[in-house]
Amino acid sequence: MIDLCESMNWKEWAGYHAVSSYKVLHDSEYHAFRNSTGLLDVTPLFKYHVRGKDAAAFLSQIMVKDIRKLKVGRVSYLCWCTDEGKVVDDGTVMRRGEEEFFVTSADPCFSWFSRFLKGYLVTLEDISDQFAGLALQGPTSRDILKQICDADLDGLVFFATTKTRIEGFEVWISRTGYTGDLGYELWVDNSNALKLWDTAMAAGKNYGLRPAGLNALDVCRVEAGLILKNVDYYNALHVLIDARKSSPFEISLGWTVNLDREPFNGQVALRREIKTGSRWAIVGLDIDWPEIEALYARHHLPPEVGSLAWRMSIPLYTDDSRIRQIGYATSGTWSPILKKNIALATIETGFHEEGTKVHIEKTVEHHRFSVTATVHKPQFYDPERKRSMPGGKAI
Amino acid sequence: MRYDAIIVGGGHNGLVCAAYLAKAGRKVLVLERRHVLGGAAVSEQVFPGFTFSVASYVVSLFRPHIIRELELARHGYEIIPMDCSFLPLPDGDSLARWGDSNRSRREIQRFSRKDAEVYPEFSRIMTLMGRFIKEIIDRPAPDITSMKPKELMNLFRMGKAFKDLGPDLLQMNVKLMTMSAVDFLDLWFESDVLKAPMSVSGIIGTYQGVRSPGTAYVLLHHYMGELDGAFRSWGFSKGGTGGVSMACARAAMSYGAEIRREASVAKLKIKNGAATGVVLENGDEIDSKIVVSNLDPRKTYFELAGKEHLEDAVVKQINRYKFRGSSGKVNLALDRIPEFKCRPGDGDHIRGDIAIAPGIDYLERAYDEAKYGAFSRRPYINVVIPSLTDPTLAPPGKHVMSCFVQYAPYHLKEGAENWPAQREAFGDTVVETLAEYIPGLKDIILHRQVLSPWDIEQKFGLTEGNIFQGELSLEQLLFQRPIAGYAKYRTPVKNLWMCGSGTHPGGGIMGSGGELSAKTILRERAI
Repeated sequence: MIDLCESMNWKEWAGYHAVSSYKVLHDSEYHAFRNSTGLLDVTPLFKYHVRGKDAAAFLSQIMVKDIRKLKVGRVSYLCWCTDEGKVVDDGTVMRRGEEEFFVTSADPCFSWFSRFLKGYLVTLEDISDQFAGLALQGPTSRDILKQICDADLDGLVFFATTKTRIEGFEVWISRTGYTGDLGYELWVDNSNALKLWDTAMAAGKNYGLRPAGLNALDVCRVEAGLILKNVDYYNALHVLIDARKSSPFEISLGWTVNLDREPFNGQVALRREIKTGSRWAIVGLDIDWPEIEALYARHHLPPEVGSLAWRMSIPLYTDDSRIRQIGYATSGTWSPILKKNIALATIETGFHEEGTKVHIEKTVEHHRFSVTATVHKPQFYDPERKRSMPGGKAI
Repeated sequence: MRYDAIIVGGGHNGLVCAAYLAKAGRKVLVLERRHVLGGAAVSEQVFPGFTFSVASYVVSLFRPHIIRELELARHGYEIIPMDCSFLPLPDGDSLARWGDSNRSRREIQRFSRKDAEVYPEFSRIMTLMGRFIKEIIDRPAPDITSMKPKELMNLFRMGKAFKDLGPDLLQMNVKLMTMSAVDFLDLWFESDVLKAPMSVSGIIGTYQGVRSPGTAYVLLHHYMGELDGAFRSWGFSKGGTGGVSMACARAAMSYGAEIRREASVAKLKIKNGAATGVVLENGDEIDSKIVVSNLDPRKTYFELAGKEHLEDAVVKQINRYKFRGSSGKVNLALDRIPEFKCRPGDGDHIRGDIAIAPGIDYLERAYDEAKYGAFSRRPYINVVIPSLTDPTLAPPGKHVMSCFVQYAPYHLKEGAENWPAQREAFGDTVVETLAEYIPGLKDIILHRQVLSPWDIEQKFGLTEGNIFQGELSLEQLLFQRPIAGYAKYRTPVKNLWMCGSGTHPGGGIMGSGGELSAKTILRERAI
């Protein structure tokens, strides 16, 4: 990977150096995700094994979703909360067996999970350093995987997982990812990680596979409306002030919450929030391009289209007077595939309905202005192939 | 039933025009002669499993506001940018220009340190002048003979954009309008290796050489491309250039337009000097308030309307309008990735456009042969292999290679009708030429499609095989495209309009003709 990373553009990710872009310009990696396939190392994610008779019950207590209902071979995306109903982290839970689960998280959560072990017949194992993850994401990813394993990929639905062998070693495949496209994540013991990388690269040769870095991923995940911890929200355990804490409802993850069931972490607070209403909501913003063009035209400049996704806080206002602030955008990008200037934003509820017009600050030639943005659901891009099955049936 | 508008020809401009008219609530019918939509912006599976952009093969100039206004991204418009312009040389050397400007500088300085430094300055000047051109292409051409306040305003606006360039750029602009591509590049650069591939931008689709005066202007077109404002302004349409047309068609249908394929129009219905509909080849008649022709000027005036409905002066002007197709297309289906002698192996250098243009003299010699009615024995070739970036175009591991070839003059010494006899020899010449750079090429060709300008005329209905529906030379632009007095999408026949590349602002997959004609029709309340 070091040889492939021509740009020497790396960034820190959970204590590892991860490739930001292999080439100086990441565009080709982005277009690989959307038109062929990108191969991305996601090993820095935190990974846990949860096994035992009570594994499902245990996870159901710490997660906002009722994991007992998760079928074997299926994956669930969710978050977990403090007793105050504030989000600690988001991640996936994969049910590999009746009593065997695989959990991924963005932050280390071993200690947090351990606090709730008491009374459960369960073992929690931090396997972050023993297992590697490779994301194979893009329209040709299924064809590539078919070259290297005999798992029933045509039968593997969106958010399902299965065990297979590649080059003789064991690999868990999950039809998951962070690009909002057709794609898979491969989980493998560290000792076989490099072999898996090489095998995938070789198999992908005829399918437009290229290694892709986090810059390209960042554009994709904003298009897909997938939020990112420490960018679009913060871990409630790590912040200094309450204002930085968010409930699942406030970060567009309300749909992951199963409220009416046996007690779970945050249940009481979340029930209360349902009654009283949430203060914030994460929404998508479609930022008006002609208005931006007009601002640049004042300076006789063509509008600047940054090819990188941005991550900073940009104020949102009710109107152009910029007196009443109603929220802030947290990340955004020019979407090459949608031809739109889009962002993810935290906004006061009441302004979060789709179609609401708000104003977002825009700096052009060192001067601050504002332009109109239209509230959209966070997910801008959702191709049919993400969920579709080769036979035509979709879930 | 009577339509508000019938569009004759489902090329991308016809479809854009249909979309705008339908969006404005008009009842629109598009009639396409062929079984596929797109005109010259078309994707076809010429061989099983291999999809080619049969004619037009790259996209850059499509106007961003059209994409926005017609929501084309939602309808499948998708462009994958090209990162490299690659020039293999016969001596085993090569030059690759990249999206990464520092990488380009290092490449260029192997041939000239001075040129490497000047290269970004040149881009800067061209970008500044591109702004002026943008002012021109995004509006109907002003009518310089009219004293109507609106026309004077248009002229004034154009004049202001011209003046806003400032004295230096203004001077440069005059040079650009009058000089040859090579002379103009000589003002900046010294290296033949750099100038040759740059100069060809000035001659694409014309029957002129890189040293012919007036060719400099077309260079500018390469700096107007706006793919998301990226430097690499040229790209591949997903699924071939037909993808652009299909997105336009889907947009048009979403607004309620009706599209019929394999519906060949024989003639216009003309009553009291005004168009009232069309007659199809099968004898069916369809009525409409107006007819908009996506065909080229000669086909529109002579075949659709008929000379008998035109004044002699107009007939003369259309007769003089220059087509003179000068290029052909060779599409190859390949068994594997072609390997260049100078940079063997797979790599990003073959994922952009590849130019066979090893020197200015080479290019001028290619033109010399064409001048006297023969195809170039060593032609300029622009090669792209889009299946490397868009795997949907070919079976895994196999590839489609598109070769734009110039010169292949429509008017052969032996007559245009001699092209079928020379077609395969022309194809052989192209393959022989490429094989000098790609030694193994002949062994990996699975299928070959050769399109001479004569074939282009037959297949796409482009007179004399001109890919722009008429040469993009200065005297045929702006208020003179296609002819003076009828440059605003109108024709001398009442209720007959035009929307194709033969109207202002001209060729390339821009969509402008379609957009501006529709907007003019609506503004003038023609329907």
